[in-house]
Amino acid sequence: MSGDTATNNAATVPTDGQTTGGTDYLNCSYGIKSWLLTLDHKRIGVMYLVAILTSFFLGGIFALLVRTELLTPGQTIVDADTYNRMFTLHGAIMIFLFIIPGIPAALGNFILPLQLGAKDVALPRLNLASFHLYLGGAIFLLAAIWLGGVDTGWTFYTPYSTTTNGSVVLVTLGVFILGFSSIFTGLNFIVTIHRMRPAGMGWFGMPLFLWALYATAIIQVLATPVLGITVLLLIAERMLGIGIFDPALGGDPVLFQHFFWFYSHPAVYIMILPAMGVISELISVHSRKRIFGYRMIAFSSIAIAILSFLVWGHHLFVSGQSNLANMVFSALTFSVSIPSAIKVFNWIATLYKGEIRLNAPMLYALAFILLFGIGGLTGLFLGSLATDVHLHDTYFIVAHFHYTMMGSVVIAFLGGLHHWWPKMFGRMYSERWSVIAAALVFVGFNVTFFTQFVMGSKGMPRRYYNYPSEFTIYHVISSIGSYLLAIGFIITAIYLIHSLVKGRKAPANPWGGASLEWQTASPPIHDNFAEEPVLTDPYDFSVNEFDERTGDYLLRPEVKG
Amino acid sequence: MIYVISVIFFALIVGLMVTFVVQFRRRKGYQAEDSPPHNTRLEVIWTVIPTLLCVLIFYLGFKSFLNMSTPPANAYEISVTGQKWQWFFGYPNGHTASELHVPVDRPVKLVMTSEDVIHSLWIPAFRVKKDVVPGRYSKIWFQAIEPGDYPLLCTEYCGTGHSDMLSRVIVHEPGGFETWLRDADGLLDTLPPAEAGEKLYLTKGCTQCHSVDGTAGIGPTFQDMFAGSFATRDGATIVVDEDYVRESMLDPAASVIAGFEPVMPTYAGKLKDKEITMLIAYFKSISRHAPQEPASSDADSDHSDQPDLPDNPDNLDHPEDPDHSEEK
Repeated sequence: MSGDTATNNAATVPTDGQTTGGTDYLNCSYGIKSWLLTLDHKRIGVMYLVAILTSFFLGGIFALLVRTELLTPGQTIVDADTYNRMFTLHGAIMIFLFIIPGIPAALGNFILPLQLGAKDVALPRLNLASFHLYLGGAIFLLAAIWLGGVDTGWTFYTPYSTTTNGSVVLVTLGVFILGFSSIFTGLNFIVTIHRMRPAGMGWFGMPLFLWALYATAIIQVLATPVLGITVLLLIAERMLGIGIFDPALGGDPVLFQHFFWFYSHPAVYIMILPAMGVISELISVHSRKRIFGYRMIAFSSIAIAILSFLVWGHHLFVSGQSNLANMVFSALTFSVSIPSAIKVFNWIATLYKGEIRLNAPMLYALAFILLFGIGGLTGLFLGSLATDVHLHDTYFIVAHFHYTMMGSVVIAFLGGLHHWWPKMFGRMYSERWSVIAAALVFVGFNVTFFTQFVMGSKGMPRRYYNYPSEFTIYHVISSIGSYLLAIGFIITAIYLIHSLVKGRKAPANPWGGASLEWQTASPPIHDNFAEEPVLTDPYDFSVNEFDERTGDYLLRPEVKG
Repeated sequence: MIYVISVIFFALIVGLMVTFVVQFRRRKGYQAEDSPPHNTRLEVIWTVIPTLLCVLIFYLGFKSFLNMSTPPANAYEISVTGQKWQWFFGYPNGHTASELHVPVDRPVKLVMTSEDVIHSLWIPAFRVKKDVVPGRYSKIWFQAIEPGDYPLLCTEYCGTGHSDMLSRVIVHEPGGFETWLRDADGLLDTLPPAEAGEKLYLTKGCTQCHSVDGTAGIGPTFQDMFAGSFATRDGATIVVDEDYVRESMLDPAASVIAGFEPVMPTYAGKLKDKEITMLIAYFKSISRHAPQEPASSDADSDHSDQPDLPDNPDNLDHPEDPDHSEEK
């Protein structure tokens, strides 16, 4: 047994002799076992990245099928039942397999220890377990698709979900497992940030990305268990006929909605908070300007994390909950908008007198501010009780949450991916193609979803297979936008993959970032840092200067000491 | 109001962003300048102003919501039942219809419940919406201000026919509603059974799933169905006769034709026996398997005699009372 451990360690943690020779984490060991059983946070991050991009691709295919079906009223390519399964799978895959693990588990796993100047996360085995659980959950979801899919919508509202045909149990079991994967990641990040900050880095010396990941992790650990319990109750009712939610068995169907949103509303902040953290980094680094109002941004992340637990009822304004509950939830909902607004103002103030580099990461960051602005401001219509009654369950909602989820989180994810790509893989991608793709994604996104605000307020309900012909024009425009988006993503995939093979070698610090991950080689060695990094202020860009010869930003000699 | 605030803020954000990006973009001979890393006065301003605006929006939204959720005491009450995938509206005189008829300029209160899963009733033109939940009653009210014809939709996802769970709101001119309601119930008795059956087919929600032109929907088409023989899901063969039709309406899952799901809700309590008979007559009239009466005028004339007999309670009461009093 001890022999086993020894060989594992040999495969996953290279001995000293191997690493110091400049071998990076990607090629320090070979074979599928050296990846699937690795304890290296960077490899786990890369595996998560591959997995969530695959999920994004799959969810995207379902999105395109849905948009194509909606080109005409009535049947275009599939029947109503197939359509219902497709939008359910689009939602379930995008939410549970892509966007919740997206930034924390892929980018966060890779970057968090590097930004702390640490060798790894605090609990590497838990990290690997989290990835394995993710794969397990994903297998359940894929099995459910294989066995005929599920048609409940990603929200699994009872009593529809306890009475319909389809693989509801498989999907919800998958969600249960994925929940634990998410909890493990969150727990790990909390411990790592508490225990592994280098000497001299106080809480307010951390990059804001870490504040955001910390706030996210709190929500992951506290909210996700509720989801787990909820889906277990759902499974118990469906399989054993125990009456919890179904009124025919003496249950309460609205109770499910309370349980479900008690997790799923905080979950939208699991998605958006790390995205905000990414944006704080991008805006600051690419305008070479100290972030404006550091403390306000840090505190607003924590404020959002706390308030996120108190607003779930705004999903139930028309469900029949009491007026008192509606009043309280409406008021609390508005309170979340304040810290979000503060962040936006701070980012814009950061631009002031900066030196703004309009490359792909920055373009994505600027697009984020625009799209999050629209997503946030349209949220005011929904937080306000009287207007929500009309807009609830229409395309206005669909547009609103796509602006915040896709227009903000996915855009920030892409920005972060382009920002850290050279660090992760040691290669530069084509600057020109990345700008073209970013522009295409931005235009395609707005064509797709801005149209949906209009049709929603005109009376087009969501989750409709068939619709009155007066909405045809909006649906056609929206579908065309989705094809533009798809082209943008395909171009992105092509030049990113191309860069892995043919891309120019990346310097250690191509953007002039001042946080610690830029002080190690690109890609980093297995142990992250060959020599102890020099602790600097993550937002003081005067510590490094551009070196024409290498295209790298080097620490000034006086900083190195 | 929210719209104006949003547009102003959006313009402010975009304006500042574009200005800064253009003014401070990276170019030759230009270097980032220092500016303070924070500014307490500025930060207080941009926290307090949005907070006040949010309080204002919340207050206005809550105030009108309270009005929207408190029906006046004199509201006219109509009961609503939602079930996959149709609406039923029940009037105080016992009449039920699948379209919502309301008087103009009078508050109307809907008391709603569901027979199966959660639905949600939405009348976009009146800006009202509320979930219709099994096992409890939810209420909304509105006052139509203009006669006309407005769409009514289901907005809580409820399965295959969700997007066809549509109906209409017909707002009657002053006085028109009372006339409609009085006639609606007695109307069928004045028609030949097949025509009355067709009216029932159109108004009782059958059209959501059953066509009469030969195309299969969620349920089988009614064209050429009567007296035809079909395989059922459990492999038996049945001939559609009067008893089968009746059973399929009152206990729909008992014997379902192959190729269709047992999803139809029961019509027990929603159709009177006389109405089922009328529907059967209608099915006969559109089936080539059923013997068509060549002398359909006979059938008509049989019935055209009957309307002379007073069916209407108004007619029943008045002629008789004076007669009796005269005899005495």
